[in-house]
Amino acid sequence: MNLHGTPLSIIIFSAFVGLVLYLSWFFARKAKSAAGYYAAGGQIHWAVNGISFAGDYLSAASFLGICGMIATLGYDGFLYSIGYLAGWIVALFVVAEPMKRMGKFTFTDALDAKFNSRGIKLAAAISTLVVSICYLIPQMNGAGTLVEPLLGLPHWVGVIIVGVIVITIVATAGMTSTTYVQFLKGGLLLIFSTILVIFLMVRGISTEAPSLQGDDGQNLHYTPAEATHEGLLAEGYLRLHQDGEFSKYSLNNEASWWKQDGDMMWKCQWQTATLINGKADGLLYPVGRIKTIGGMTAEEGAKGTGRLNPITFLARLTHPDTRIEQWHKTKIFDETGEKTTIYYPKVVSGTDQMKPGVKFKVKTGWEKLNFISLMLALFFGTAALPHILIRYYTVPSPACARKSTIVAIAAIGFFYVLTLFMGLGAGIGGTINPADNNMSAPLLAMSFGGVLFAIISAIAFATVLGTVAGLIVAASGAVAHDLMDRFFQMDLSETAKVKAGKVAAFVVGIIAIILGIVFRGVNVSFLVGWAFAVAASANLPAILMLLFWPKTTAPGIVASITVGIISALGIILTGPAMFAGPYGMTAADALHPLGQPGIISIPLSFLTLVVVSLMTQPKKAAE
Amino acid sequence: MHHGPAQDSGPDPASRYKSRLGVGMFIVYCLIYAGFVFTNVLTEGQAMQIIVVAGLNLAVVYGMGLIILALILALIYNYLCTAKEKEMAGTVTDGEVQK
Repeated sequence: MNLHGTPLSIIIFSAFVGLVLYLSWFFARKAKSAAGYYAAGGQIHWAVNGISFAGDYLSAASFLGICGMIATLGYDGFLYSIGYLAGWIVALFVVAEPMKRMGKFTFTDALDAKFNSRGIKLAAAISTLVVSICYLIPQMNGAGTLVEPLLGLPHWVGVIIVGVIVITIVATAGMTSTTYVQFLKGGLLLIFSTILVIFLMVRGISTEAPSLQGDDGQNLHYTPAEATHEGLLAEGYLRLHQDGEFSKYSLNNEASWWKQDGDMMWKCQWQTATLINGKADGLLYPVGRIKTIGGMTAEEGAKGTGRLNPITFLARLTHPDTRIEQWHKTKIFDETGEKTTIYYPKVVSGTDQMKPGVKFKVKTGWEKLNFISLMLALFFGTAALPHILIRYYTVPSPACARKSTIVAIAAIGFFYVLTLFMGLGAGIGGTINPADNNMSAPLLAMSFGGVLFAIISAIAFATVLGTVAGLIVAASGAVAHDLMDRFFQMDLSETAKVKAGKVAAFVVGIIAIILGIVFRGVNVSFLVGWAFAVAASANLPAILMLLFWPKTTAPGIVASITVGIISALGIILTGPAMFAGPYGMTAADALHPLGQPGIISIPLSFLTLVVVSLMTQPKKAAE
Repeated sequence: MHHGPAQDSGPDPASRYKSRLGVGMFIVYCLIYAGFVFTNVLTEGQAMQIIVVAGLNLAVVYGMGLIILALILALIYNYLCTAKEKEMAGTVTDGEVQK
C-alpha cells in the first residue's frame, strides 16, 4: 500500500493533535496535588465521565481492530463488540459503586481497603502494571498503522510519535487532562463514525466498489485473476514450486503465486523480505469486494442497490446467494527457501460471512474451548481493567459512578453497533490493506474523500493517545502510589508522589514504544483480547470475592492475583499465536493449541482464592 | 471546574438494596449471554445462520439484542436505584443511619 494523505489531511491531523496537547497544558495547571493527578480531584461530572469512559474504552482495538477483523473475517470480529459491551454489565451491576466506596486513587486502594496488607499492595500493583502493558501494546501498534498512510511515515515512527506525545501529556497533567481529552475524543469518535455509516448507507452496495486512488491517480483496487492450471501452462507459465494449495509460477522470469480453489486458481498478492508482488519497489493493492449480491443479477449488482437502511444493508449481505471475497494470509517457504507471505482470496457465501466460524471455529473440542474462553475473558475483563477502574474515582459519589457507567454503556453500545456496518462496509468496499487489516475503517473513510479520511484518522490517532494516556496514568499510579508510597512506605510528600508518577509514566511509555514496534501487523483487537484475559484472571476474582464472600483473606487475594497473572500469561506465551507471530515459528510448534487462556486461568484464580482463604482464616476471638 | 481533593461520599443506606438488585440483574444478563455462547458452541454455528427476522440471521439479531439489552437493563437498574436512594434519603441524618 502506498496511500498518502493530502496536505489538507495532514493539516487537519496536526490541528487535532495540537488541540489535544493544548488541552493537556491547560489542565496541567490545575493538577498539582496527588488527588488531582491520579483522580482529577474526584470532581468530574458524571455525564462527562461517562463519555470519557467511552473515550478510554473505545481504543484502537475497538475502532481499528474490530472493524479490521469484521472487514476480513466477517461476523467473527463482531464477537469482540458483543463481549466488550457485555463486560460493562459486570462493571455496572457488581463493581461500580462498591469500587467507588472503597477506593481513593487506584484499584489497589479498593482491594486493600479491608485488610491494609502489603502483600495485596504489591500483587495488585504488579497486576496493574502487567495488564496496562498488555493493553498498551496494541494501542501503540495501532498508532504506527495509522501514521503510515496518513503521513507517509514508517510504522515505528508512528509508535514513537504516540509514545512521545503521550508521555508529554501524562507527565505534564495527569487524570484531569486525560479525562477531557477522552471526552473530546469519545464524542468525536461517535459523531464521525455515525457520519461514516450514514455515507455508507446512502452509497449502498455494489459489485463495482469505488477504488482508492494512488499518488498519481492510478486505480489501486486488486481484482484477482482466475485461471486453471492447464490454462496457465498453455499461456507459457512454468510451475516452480507447490506447497499444498499454493503454487508459484513463472512467466518471462516474472514470478506469481496462485491458490487452488476447486478447479479454478486465484492469483494472489505476495511479499518477501525484498519483493512485493514481484517488484523491489512494488506495492500491495487494497482488496475486498462483493462478487454477487443476493437476489440481484450481475448487471443489477454492478449498478448497485442504491440507498439502504441498516436492516436491508445487513439483509443483503446475509442473503445465501451473496458471494463475498474474504482475504486471508499465510506464510510459505518457496523453492529457494525464502519466506513468502501470500495474501489470498476466498469466496464465501453471505450465510458464512454473517455468522461466527471463520477465525473462531467451534467444530473440535479445542476450538470450542477457545471460543468459550474468549467470550469469558471479554465478559469478565472489562470490570477488571485498571484504566477503567481508576475512572470511578474521578466522580464525586457512588451514584455518579453508576450514572457515568450507564452513559458509557449507551455510548459504547451505540458505537459497537456501528462497528458491524463499518467493518462490513470496508470488507466489500475495496478498502482492506491485505498486510494490515487494522486500517480498514480509515480506508473506508478514504473512499468517501480525503477530508473524512483525515478527520477519522486524526480521531483514531487521538483514540490511541487518550487510551495510552489513561493506561500510563494507571501504571504510574501503581508504581508511585501503590508501590513506592504504600508498599515500600517511603512516605512521599504530595509533590514527590506526583513527581514519582511522572517518572514512572516515562519508563512505562518507553516500554510501550518498544513492544508496539515488535508486535507490528497483529490485529490489535486480538491483542487486546489477551489484556482482557489477564485482567479477568488476575483482578476480577479478587474484586468479586472481596465484595461477596466474607471469608476472603488477604493471603487469598494475593495468591489469586499471582496465580491469575502467571497462568494467563503462561498460556498466552506458550500458545499458538505467539509461536506463529513474534517467535517466528508456526502455530503447530506451540506447546498447546489453546489460544485464549480465560477458560483455565479465571477459574484457577477463583479456586486459588477460595482454597488459600479457607487455609488462612483468622482464629475466632473466643478461642 | 473545581479540582480539589477526592471526597468521601458518606454512608449509603440504599447500598444493600442496590447490591442485591445488581447481582440479580447481573445473573439475568449472564444467563442470556451464556445462551449466545452455548447456542453457537452446541450447534457448531449452525443455529446462528437461521434467518430470524427481516432477512437477518440469529447471529446478528442475538448479538445486537445483547448490546441493546445491556442498555435497557442499565436504565432499569438506574431508575430503581435512584428511586430507592430518594426513598432512603430521609433516613440519614448527620452521617448516621437511623434505625
